[in-house]
Amino acid sequence: MVSKPPVEAFALRHRPIREKWVDLGFQRLSMLLASLVFLILVGILLTVLGGSREAMAKFGLDFLTTSNWDPVSESYGAFTAIYGTLVSSLLALIIAVPLGVGTAVFITENLIPASVRTVLGMMVELLAAIPSVVLGLWAIFVMEPFIRPLLDGLHATLGWLPFFSTTAQGPGMAPAILILVVMILPIITAIARDSLNQVPPELRQAAYGIGATRWGAILQVILPAAISGITGGVMLALGRAMGETMAVTMIIGNSTNFSWSLLAPGNTISAMLASQFGEADGIQVSALMYAAFVLMMLTLVVNMMAQWVVRRLSLQYS
Amino acid sequence: MTAAFTDSTGAPGVHSGFQRSSLRFNPSLARNRWSFLFTALAATFAVICVLPLVLVLVYVLIKGGSLISLRLLSELPPAPGLDGGGIGNAIIGTIVVSLIAALIAIPIGVGGGIYLAEYSAGGWFSQFVRFGTDVLSGVPSIICGVFIYGLIVSTRFFFGQSYSAMAGGIALSVLMLPTVIKTTDEALKLVPNELRWGALGVGASKFVTIVRITLPSAFSPIATGVVLAIARAAGETAPLIFTALFSPFWPEGLFNPIASMSVLIYNFAIMPYEAQISLAWAASFVLVVMILAANLLARWLSRLTSS
Repeated sequence: MVSKPPVEAFALRHRPIREKWVDLGFQRLSMLLASLVFLILVGILLTVLGGSREAMAKFGLDFLTTSNWDPVSESYGAFTAIYGTLVSSLLALIIAVPLGVGTAVFITENLIPASVRTVLGMMVELLAAIPSVVLGLWAIFVMEPFIRPLLDGLHATLGWLPFFSTTAQGPGMAPAILILVVMILPIITAIARDSLNQVPPELRQAAYGIGATRWGAILQVILPAAISGITGGVMLALGRAMGETMAVTMIIGNSTNFSWSLLAPGNTISAMLASQFGEADGIQVSALMYAAFVLMMLTLVVNMMAQWVVRRLSLQYS
Repeated sequence: MTAAFTDSTGAPGVHSGFQRSSLRFNPSLARNRWSFLFTALAATFAVICVLPLVLVLVYVLIKGGSLISLRLLSELPPAPGLDGGGIGNAIIGTIVVSLIAALIAIPIGVGGGIYLAEYSAGGWFSQFVRFGTDVLSGVPSIICGVFIYGLIVSTRFFFGQSYSAMAGGIALSVLMLPTVIKTTDEALKLVPNELRWGALGVGASKFVTIVRITLPSAFSPIATGVVLAIARAAGETAPLIFTALFSPFWPEGLFNPIASMSVLIYNFAIMPYEAQISLAWAASFVLVVMILAANLLARWLSRLTSS
């Protein structure tokens, strides 16, 4: 305490006060930026809720169950759009799940050379990169004219069912469902592939060891082991399908009249928003915000369930 | 299954007490037939899966690519009913709007990712933020548009202007943000702790460690994620229709409506004019080429790390 330290070189450097402030400031800044995510989420919720207050007060829960959408008499009910959203995304899912999981199995099992598998996997990923509006353009001018004879055939043979009771006149629910299948296939395939890749090789070896065939092992051992990841991916795809806007808007026909027929023009919440929000005013904006709120709740519930499924149901191998 | 089997080492009579299955592959067995059937089914599914990509690419390349000329890339779209013209303003508009989105989303996203990976010790706040990021990435893009419409467009936030390039860029940045945060978070977690300890050990502050050591070594995975996020944003239409709107003119600053290729495709595809529809195909071609190029760039960037 009386003299200076004996060996100058060992003296510890004191952190200058400026360095401490920079450190603290950077930490606080990054914390602020991270919390922006929350501000945005709350902002979205408040904006949509605030905007829909008027319509909620006027139409209440009847909004969800009535299907008249009439800007002239200013009475709005979103049942057509809600029904369209649910039916289009669920039917798209039913078609896309076997296709996507089958493809994922095909590109994770060594059925074909690794190079072909890589190319296939890359192509499916690129499909996810194609903008939805380009798929919509393709659906209008290429896919819809191509499948119309098939849809007409459906009407001719199964026309007694309410779901095929109208002739296909171009845009409609069925082409929209098909383009949704194209859009959610990459998600399902990618997530199913990741989950299949994570199944420990010991399970497969054990299955082969007791004499299972390749598909016996896949269907009874590997797929069940990967089911939680696949289910999570399917739920995520469902959320995506519900919120998918552009391609659907361009091909679904944007009809506000309710029809059971899948071949008739229909509507979804997101398509309704895309096609009407720009020109709407007064209570129609509020009604559209109400519909947006419904869509947000639907996707929120589906996405949260997806995360819950992945966290809770995943089998742990250690 | 129980086909007669004569052992090469012994007389058949030795094993007469029980039947053994053949080790030789027998394609006519039921289980092998099922196996073959399933393989064929999976192959068919894979082909169906890839078919749309091939078809879309072929059509876009043929229909759009045949129209590409210097004039098309540098002129304004024609008035409805007239021929000729180009998509020059839409190309510039897409670049401007994506750039605004990137300039907003990258600092916020990287900063947020740094907090999650470097500062939070897995506490409730970071779990909250990670959960929020997941929720935000599941919000439909049209809702982002509605949000920015309510927040900026209808309140005339920027100098009394309603629809503006700025509003479109902000809407896209909301869409990009979760991707950027997630990739930054995951990339920083992959950086070995020894690097951090080494930097701290030679007397660097936490700030200097992050900015000079950790971030640079995580550069290429972050860049991959950012490039993919920008590519995705550039193709988005739904958030732009009622924020950036569309304009048949050259861009007039950041606070006026601006054209973009995606909105051009949407608007022109449903017009009854041949000229507009072919411009929509041409814009699709340019957009798809740009996005595929960005994807290849991202692939190349991610290969940089793995090697």
